[in-house]
Amino acid sequence: MRVLKLIYKNMFRHKLRTSLTVAGIAIAVTSFVLLRTVLTAWYEGVDASAVDRLIVRHSVSFIFPLPYAYKERILKVPGVKDVTFATWFGGVYRDKKQFFARMAVEADNFFDVYSEMLVPSGELETFKKERNSCIIGEQLVERYNLKIGDIVSMDGDIFPGKWDVVVRGIYRPRDKSTDPSNMLFHWQYVDERMKAEWPSRAGLVGWYVVKIDRPDESAAISAEIDKLFANSSAETKTETERAFTLGFLSGASAVITAINMLSFVIIGIILLVLGNTMIMAARERVKEYAVLKTLGFSAHHLVGLIAGESLLIAAVGGGVGLALAFPLVHGFEAALPKGWFPVFEVKAITLILAASGAVVVGALAAIFPIQRALRERIVDALRQVG
Amino acid sequence: MALVSVQNISKSYWRDSLEIPVLSNISFEIPEGEFLGLMGPSGSGKTTLLNLIAGIDRPSGGTITVKDTIVTSLGEGELAKWRARNVGFVFQFYNLLPVLTAYENVELPLLLTKLSKKERRDHVELVLKVVGLADRMDHYPKQLSGGQEQRVAIARAIVTDPAILVADEPTGDLDKSSAEEILRLLERLNEEFKKTIIMVTHDPRAAERAHTIRHLDKGELS
Repeated sequence: MRVLKLIYKNMFRHKLRTSLTVAGIAIAVTSFVLLRTVLTAWYEGVDASAVDRLIVRHSVSFIFPLPYAYKERILKVPGVKDVTFATWFGGVYRDKKQFFARMAVEADNFFDVYSEMLVPSGELETFKKERNSCIIGEQLVERYNLKIGDIVSMDGDIFPGKWDVVVRGIYRPRDKSTDPSNMLFHWQYVDERMKAEWPSRAGLVGWYVVKIDRPDESAAISAEIDKLFANSSAETKTETERAFTLGFLSGASAVITAINMLSFVIIGIILLVLGNTMIMAARERVKEYAVLKTLGFSAHHLVGLIAGESLLIAAVGGGVGLALAFPLVHGFEAALPKGWFPVFEVKAITLILAASGAVVVGALAAIFPIQRALRERIVDALRQVG
Repeated sequence: MALVSVQNISKSYWRDSLEIPVLSNISFEIPEGEFLGLMGPSGSGKTTLLNLIAGIDRPSGGTITVKDTIVTSLGEGELAKWRARNVGFVFQFYNLLPVLTAYENVELPLLLTKLSKKERRDHVELVLKVVGLADRMDHYPKQLSGGQEQRVAIARAIVTDPAILVADEPTGDLDKSSAEEILRLLERLNEEFKKTIIMVTHDPRAAERAHTIRHLDKGELS
């Protein structure tokens, strides 16, 4: 394109104005990427949900436990392939800022149902045999410098007392969406102590995880399971793992919606910043556009000239913004309590959204200046002074 | 043979519902190689007539033919191409693009041609030499005097070797000696390079350089 040089020179005609516009776009793009990264991190668990797993929880609330005895009855429901369970343990490791999921699980088959957590077979066998052992995610190994054989001491809150477990295995997430920061130990270890110290809390599990043969039958199987326990003292609510995870997020839905809206408001701000710059530029150059038209430059040359400049500014601002986004996201993650978001990374879709948002804004911001440049009659524009 | 034929041209402007006639039924011809001076008081319609001949404005009635082309019947796109090939413009206030050097300003019309970069360079260097600014080609307009800016504008006007050169008050913004330089240059372009020049001017000394002078008054030619 032969007007490229002119586009480039026009862009730097007012260096300060262009620099401020580029900075504005860069800040907006960086903020957009950060907000979208927070959102995607929030939804990471939802995205990682397996379609062939159902969660059975107490119908009133997730915080109410279910009888251990339900397991055998759920197993008998047609279409159910396997059943495991887990209990949220909570507790404090080192101090209250050290957050990661600590769960008491059924050691025998938990890792069969959660096949995305890859545990070396030797380590898994050892874990199954030792009731006071645990398996931790590789992120915890890195974060706390733990190794196999180390004892992890926790102060219980939901389950009061001092709890020690020995690291016997380290799981590796199969993919990026799998939480690499879980700590999983024997439910029996907790249950035995409950039997001794707090008998009314013995024989209870947090929720069941049901592996099914055919995901398209999940609704029917869910209904069948819930029917089993209808009118009992602990009625169940069975739903897909995705729905279950989304349920966790519903509590923060207002915040999530606000972040979501804000991220797109930012795109609007970029449009205003760039639109203002382009309109000012076009107003100043009305006479120059008329001269170009006089010399024989056609409408499509002017469109290329104005849209090219707008897109170039948007692209430079967007590029700077994307480049700044990575250190900012890392800095933000470092500032959060450890383990707040198990997976916190800039997704490709976020980058694509930010880049395409900048390009669309670049194109939109050029519309009014183009209209004005094309609409203005040559003789009227040439008559303008200055 | 006439290069330009103006037949029954009229032009009116509208201000709200009021029609303001500027040119009334004007007809005349300009032979090839002519240096025509258009004179007249302010508001007489001389710039309007110049703009119509140059194809940057449309008449309310009548036809203008340049060589074999009926300019008044061309569409916007065709008219732009026609202007690029056939008309060189010299404005009172030079109208150079401030972000481009003298070389780049002169090169602008050539960007619309199929000439290679080297061919463009040859053309630009040649015309800058003709206007006496070969040594200032890398200067920006703000680094040049008014007279030099106008010479760059003339170089831009002739770089595509157009059939007609239209000049609207080319000395109107210049001091006496710079004006004299510009008029000498226009004279040379007419005599040496056989350019047909139509010049609008208020200045009797500028008009003296023209072969023919036509006066416009209240939209009528004499």
